[in-house]
Formats: sequence, C-alpha cells, structure tokens
Amino acid sequence: MSRPCETVTWGAMQVGWRIPRRLDAKWPAIVGSVALVAWLALVPVIFLLWQSLLTPETATTPARLTLENYRTAYAGAETVRLFGNSVEFAVGSAALAFVVGTFFAWVNERTNTPFKFLFFALSLIPLVIPAILFTVSWILLASPKIGVINLALQDFFATDIVFVNIYSMGGMIWVDGLHQSPLAFLLMTAAFRSTDPALEESALMSGATVLQIAWHMTLKLVWPAVLAALVILFVRAIESFEIPALLGLPVGLEVYTSAIYQAIHKYPSDVGLASAYGATLLLIASLCIFAQSRVAREAGKFSTVTGKGFRPRLMNIGRWRYLTAAAFMAYFMIIVALPFLVLLWCSLQKFYSVPTAAALKTVTFDAYRAVLDYPGFPGMVWNSVVLSLGSATIIMLMTSVLCWIVVRTRLPGRWLLDNLASLPLVFPGLVLGLAIMVCYLSIGIGVYGTLWIMLIAYVTRFMPYGMRYSTTSMLALHKELEESAAMSGAAWGMTFRRIVLPLLKPGLIAGWIYVVIVSVRELSSSILLYSPGTEVVSIMIWEYWQNGQYVELSALGVMLMVALFCFVLLAQFASRGFGVAQSGH
Amino acid sequence: MLSVKSLYTEYPGERGRTIRAAQDVSFEVPDGKLFTLLGPSGCGKTTTLRSIAGLERPKSGEIAVRGQLVSSSEKGIFIAPNRRNFGMVFQSYAIWPHMNVYQNAAFPLEVGRRKLSRKERAEKVMGILRAVALDDLADRAATKLSGGQQQRLALARALVMEPQLLLLDEPLSNLDAKLRERMRFELKRMQRERGLTTVYVTHDQSEALALSHEVAVMNEGRIAQVGSPRDIYERPRNRFVADFVGTTNFINAVVAAADGEGRCRVGTPLGELNARCADRLSRSDPVVVSVRPEDVELSEQPPERTEGDNVCIGTVDAKAFLGEYLDFQVKVSDLVLLARVHPSLRTPVGDRIYVRMRAEKCVAIPDAGSTPR
Repeated sequence: MSRPCETVTWGAMQVGWRIPRRLDAKWPAIVGSVALVAWLALVPVIFLLWQSLLTPETATTPARLTLENYRTAYAGAETVRLFGNSVEFAVGSAALAFVVGTFFAWVNERTNTPFKFLFFALSLIPLVIPAILFTVSWILLASPKIGVINLALQDFFATDIVFVNIYSMGGMIWVDGLHQSPLAFLLMTAAFRSTDPALEESALMSGATVLQIAWHMTLKLVWPAVLAALVILFVRAIESFEIPALLGLPVGLEVYTSAIYQAIHKYPSDVGLASAYGATLLLIASLCIFAQSRVAREAGKFSTVTGKGFRPRLMNIGRWRYLTAAAFMAYFMIIVALPFLVLLWCSLQKFYSVPTAAALKTVTFDAYRAVLDYPGFPGMVWNSVVLSLGSATIIMLMTSVLCWIVVRTRLPGRWLLDNLASLPLVFPGLVLGLAIMVCYLSIGIGVYGTLWIMLIAYVTRFMPYGMRYSTTSMLALHKELEESAAMSGAAWGMTFRRIVLPLLKPGLIAGWIYVVIVSVRELSSSILLYSPGTEVVSIMIWEYWQNGQYVELSALGVMLMVALFCFVLLAQFASRGFGVAQSGH
Repeated sequence: MLSVKSLYTEYPGERGRTIRAAQDVSFEVPDGKLFTLLGPSGCGKTTTLRSIAGLERPKSGEIAVRGQLVSSSEKGIFIAPNRRNFGMVFQSYAIWPHMNVYQNAAFPLEVGRRKLSRKERAEKVMGILRAVALDDLADRAATKLSGGQQQRLALARALVMEPQLLLLDEPLSNLDAKLRERMRFELKRMQRERGLTTVYVTHDQSEALALSHEVAVMNEGRIAQVGSPRDIYERPRNRFVADFVGTTNFINAVVAAADGEGRCRVGTPLGELNARCADRLSRSDPVVVSVRPEDVELSEQPPERTEGDNVCIGTVDAKAFLGEYLDFQVKVSDLVLLARVHPSLRTPVGDRIYVRMRAEKCVAIPDAGSTPR
C-alpha cells in the first residue's frame, strides 16, 4: 500500500493490552464516583439506624443497645396522634396542591384562557419563595392576633371574632398545599403535553362536552402521571419541616418532622428517639416511592407518550374563560403577590403594624440597615454562596460521570448505581441532617462543626436532582459521537473532556442553576448541622423568627427573594444562549 | 491485510438473556480492497464491524491487521479503539455539533499519539477538506451542514489520520436517493485512488454490488456466502443469498441427473429443466431453482433454441410498466414467473407467450427444507 501510514508507531501494540484498564482515566473516575456515591448515600442511613438502637450517652453511662427508642416512638398514645397528624397533613396538602395545580395546568395547556403569560412566573414561585418565607408571610396575613386578614375583617365588621387561624391543621394544609401547587402544576403540565390530543379530539367528535372530555379522556390518559404527582406531593408534604414547625408547634400540633426537631432540641437532646422517628419517616417515604415506581413501570406499557412534538389544539371554553382567568388571577394574588407584598410592607416598618394610611408615613429602611449592619451578615452570605456554588459544581461534575456509567457502559450493577444516586430523594431534609450529624459525630474526621459537613449534606441531598439533569442530557447524546472520538485516537479522558462535557453543557448548566437555588434555600438539613460561624442565610431567617424579629426577617426575606429572582432570570437568559448553540443537532 | 478468524460476539439482552450477534465469522480482506458485509438488520454485520473497530469486545475469535493481533480473546489481547488507528464513518456521521468543520476534521490529529506542528496539522486538515470539497466551509458550524456535507466531513475526519483501515457503517443510508447515488461514486473514487483497505457495512444490495471488490452476505450472525459481486448475484449458493440479493424466481425441483461438472437436469412443475449447480448434487436431491427476472426471456414468436435452453409456453397474467423496463407475470402451468423485459414488448394480458431461460442462468440450490444454514 503506497500510503504514509506505515510511519505510525505500531510498537505499543505488539505487547497487546492484557488488561485494558491500565493507563486509562476511565477506571479511576468510575471507581472514585461509585465509592463517593455509596459513601454519601449509604453511610448516614446506617448510622441513623444504628443510633436509633442506642440509649442516650451521658457523662456517666455509656450508650448501650436498646429497643426503647422504638418503644417510645410507637407504643404510646402519642404515636397514634403523631402518625394521624402526619398523614392528615400530608394527604390534605397533597390533595390541595394536586387539585389546584392540575386545574391550572389544564387551563393553561388545553384552554384559550387569557393572561397565560403569567403562568411562566408561576413555575418560578417555589424557586424564589422559600417555604419558610411563604409560611411567615401567611402568618403575617392570617395569624389570629396580628394577621392582616383578621384585623381588616374585624375592623370592617367591628367585631373581635377570629375569622381565619393559620395555627391549625387547616392552616398548615393550606400553606403547604399552596406552596406545593406550582410543583403539581409543572408535573401535570408535562403530562398534558405528552398525551396525544387526537384522542381528545375524537371524543369531541363523538359529541362529548369539554368537561366530559376533561374527566373521561384527559385525566384518564394522564393517570400514571397523576399517581406519580400525588406520591411526590405526599412525600414532599410528609417531609416538610418549616411549615409544621412554624404553624403546628406553637399550638402543640406535632408531625414526624417537628417531633424529630423537638427531640433534638429538648434538654438533654434525645438523638436515639429522633433517629427512631427518622427511620419511620424514611420507611414511609421509601414505600411510597417504591410503590410509585412499580406502578409507573406497569403503566409504561400503555404509555400514550410518543415523543412527537404535539401542538395541542386549544379548546374554546367560551365565556368560561373569563371565570378561569379570574380564578387564575386570584390564585396568582394568593400565592405570589400577597406573600411578597406583606413581607415588603413589614420590612418597611419599624415595628410590625397593619397596613394603614397612617402607617404609610412611618415607612423606613431601618430594617434593611439593621440586617446589613449585623456583624455576622457578610459571613453568612459568604457561607451561603460558597456552599451553593460548591455543592452545585461538585454534584454536576460527579453526576456527569455517574450518568455516563449508567447510560453508556454495560457494567453489571450500574442500575444499582442509579438507584444509589437517587436514594437521597427519600431522605427528608431533617432526617438527612440528623443522619449526617450522627455519622460525623461518630467518625472523628474533623468535619463536624465546619462548613464541610454542610457541603456533604447539600451534595447528598441534591445529588438526585443533578443525576436527573445529567441523565436526561446524556440520553439525548448519540453514542456514536463518543465512539468516533475513540476511533480518532482519543483516550477516555480526552473524549470525556473534549466531547462529552461540552455536549452535556446545556443540561449540566441547567442542573447547576437548579442546585444553586435549592441550596441557597436549604433549611431543614442545615438547621441540625450549623454551628457558630457556619450559619447560612436561611438559618439567619430561622433565628430572626425564633427571636421574634419579624421586621428584620421580612427585610432579609425580601432581599433574598429579589436576589433569587434575579438569579433565575439571569439563568433563564444564559441557558437560552446555550440552547441556541445546541440547535440544529 | 485484515483477517478475521472465527469471531463470536454476544451481549447481554433484557432479563439476563444473552443475545448472540456474530457467529463464527471469518474472512480476509486483501490490501487496498473494499470488502462489504451485506445483510438484513440484525444479521450481525454491524457488530462484526464494531468488533474490528474495537468498540465491541468479541467473545472469542481473532482479529489481525498486517499480521498484528488487535483482538484475541484466547491470548488476552485487546487493543483499545483509540490505539488501533482505524478510520471510521458512522451511520449517524457523529459530527460533533460543538465544533466547526475544521475543528471536527482536526480532532484526530490533536488527540493522536503522533504530535504534529500546528502548520503541518493545518496543511493536512485543509488537504483532506479539499479532497472532499469542504475547504470553502472550514469555518462553518458543523450543525449548519447539509446531509451530504456531513457525510463528506465524516469521511474527511476518518481519513485525516491516514488510517491503515477504513470502516464504514452504512455511510449512505441517511442520504436521499439521488445524493446517495452520487456519493456512492465519490466514495468509490476516493477508495480506489487512495488504495484504502476498507470494510463496508450495508443492508442495501445495490450499494454492495456497485462498490465492492468482495461481498460477504450475512444472515443470522453467520456468513452465508463470500464472493465477488458478480459471483454473489449470478451464482448464489443458497436460498437466502438468492432471495436477499436482487429479485428472483424460485422453482421447487428435484434433481433428475447431474454430471458432476456443474450441469444437471431437474424435474420441476414446468417439466424438466437444464440448470447449473455449484454443489455436488445427486439424483432425487430436493433443490430450488433460482432464475433472475431479467433472465426470463419472453417472446411472442417461438425463440431460437441453442443447446441447454429451456423453453416453455405460458400466458401473460399481469404486467406493470416501470419506465426503464416492464415487469411481466407469466403463468406457466400453475407457476407464476416474474420476467423483466424491454418496454417494447407489448403482448396483452391473457395472450400466449414463449418463455426462454438459458441453462447457465438457472441456478439449482440445495433446498434443505427452510432457510439454509
């Protein structure tokens, strides 16, 4: 052959690679990621379960094995009440969120209701209004003593009847359900988008009315998605900490999460009992997720999702669209405008007072000054920024390798890796914080009481989200793009750096942004792990609440919401830029 | 140059079942030749190609290039694909969307073990881009290329590192019909000019016949027949090859007499026919006779008969005008034969017609019941 390819050094090949793993960056990366995931996801659970079997350790008596914690957690009359409260709260909240979210998702996706541009803002709400601020704003609105709604109505009717009381099971369900409803909205929007509108149109041709179609066709077709949404909402509600703690504890309404918090914060703290409660919570969440995944697998067989880009025909609902528009505006007021405005109002006062014309004259920025002048403030902001950027970066880099293993390789047990990385989904934040606390108190590697332990908690807690983002983009990446790099002579490390990572970039950045935002808001794990010097912004909000400094709290909350909102907008803008680079492929 | 010896591959399927792909595949590709693996989807041709590339690990068997083993499970040798220096064009082209045309073509030179100066590299890249007529588009984003341009870029990328072996995985299947025909000639010219040893995978028999020096027809993981395109087409050795490559008429028959030198007489529903047989056949062996439609000659007048010709009389059952030719269905006894004739023949449906099939065009294939092994 008269080609210059004879010049290629052929020498290295003569030996033959008995073990191809040698000199390949692939295997260290794989082993490292797997070990890290296993450590993060499994070890805390083991310590949690171990701790739940121990008596409290004191200066005089060492801890010993016992089932006492589970006896306390399950035997008393308390148990029934605790379980009942938790389930009532979670079911109520999930139902409320689902009904509200589904209704508006249907209105948005399938009807010609005006003002639909506002729906975009809706999907941002859970991102920019953390649960604790949402709860506080509703306390300011509907507390029996200081609630704006009560005071305004009492003033109007000249009575002192308490119209609404947020410190009740109803109040908890109301606040949690509303706060979760945008998530239900997102989940159901995705479901409605993936069903073939021709199925609905044929029902229309058969003479069904809009409502009959919605009930008999649309809802039945999205049934697997409905079930998935209900389970997710239920699990989120049963894991919710801020809302039961702020609204339930003052009137003695305990659920599992607040019971865990109480057990740790009483003196002497009872970590064993908290662990027993934590194990219970973990069991409930795992069972729900497991059941849902089984059903989803069954339902997959009859899936109506075809992957085609449907452009669903919008239904004309005639005059009803003014009603749906009004309902939507009311919803928007309740979940966005009112909470923000009441916090804004509160932040502009010296002492908390009801909005009146007289109070308008006393508007001041003192609270903002107080927050900014607080000596620990720059440190907390710094902690929050470092933790959120750090955890997001670590998570996205780690999951990009993990998802490569899961999607691309044929390693035995790669499904296990996927499940391991998703395992923290079933940890309620508080339980995860507890488990990590117990774990690193026992293993003395010096991370307890530092920022590192919070970083570990954040990485563990949000790893599943990173995994979802990475896997989704990895699945969209054609295998041959990597294989052609290998054929071009690139080793694994080179291929990963030059081909895989750049092509995953849009998905990785989207996931990174999401993790940054949820990390900034993180409270329920941080609350068990922070110590003086490692407070974060959400802890500061919590402490303002404990101290009754509502005005400062509002000022900080307003600043946080505005900052998050700007970040989300910026991120939307940035990711759109990245999206363009991907188009055409 | 390339030698593949008793290659077996398998991979895990769903629920722990193993799926067997290539089964005892062996062939040799001489230096500078284009060798095609032809077969229906799922026949193991792509797995075989990927095993040569090093993208799959064969269960057993040996693959050697110029006498050097690149893969041998028995001796524990497996050279990673990035160290084999084989160029490959993928079915999807796998053009990296985050790079422009130049960067795509330059990548193999940047990551390869041979270090080149920037200038040398630029010369090589522009040279190869010129060869595929993409030098004007060097700065264009790879996503803005048409299908044919992407195909040429993929080829340039495979060739820029001067591979010792070129692997092509259905490189034309994503193009539209007209472009496919043009690229077929383009590809052939590049291959012949550069004398590149090439393994080509396709399910399109006309592509295989037009391009190859040699074709291996694969079925269910095994090679059914290896030979030159003309060999494969005119002398199929089993029913599968005759059926898969081109269109054909099958006539069930029994051997009446065979002379051991490739000639035989067979008994068919049409009466006794003269045929050719490659395999050693003996009296009363069941066979199937394959006659290509273009070898079923029709005429309204009794045709001339030379020795060995089979002539019968049938009626025109149906016909279809296809522009370049006419398809006739002719009923002889109870059998319908497909004949492909010049459009000038205008015999109306229902009329009598003479059928002539030359003996060397009637290939008797041993018929072992169903599909051949």
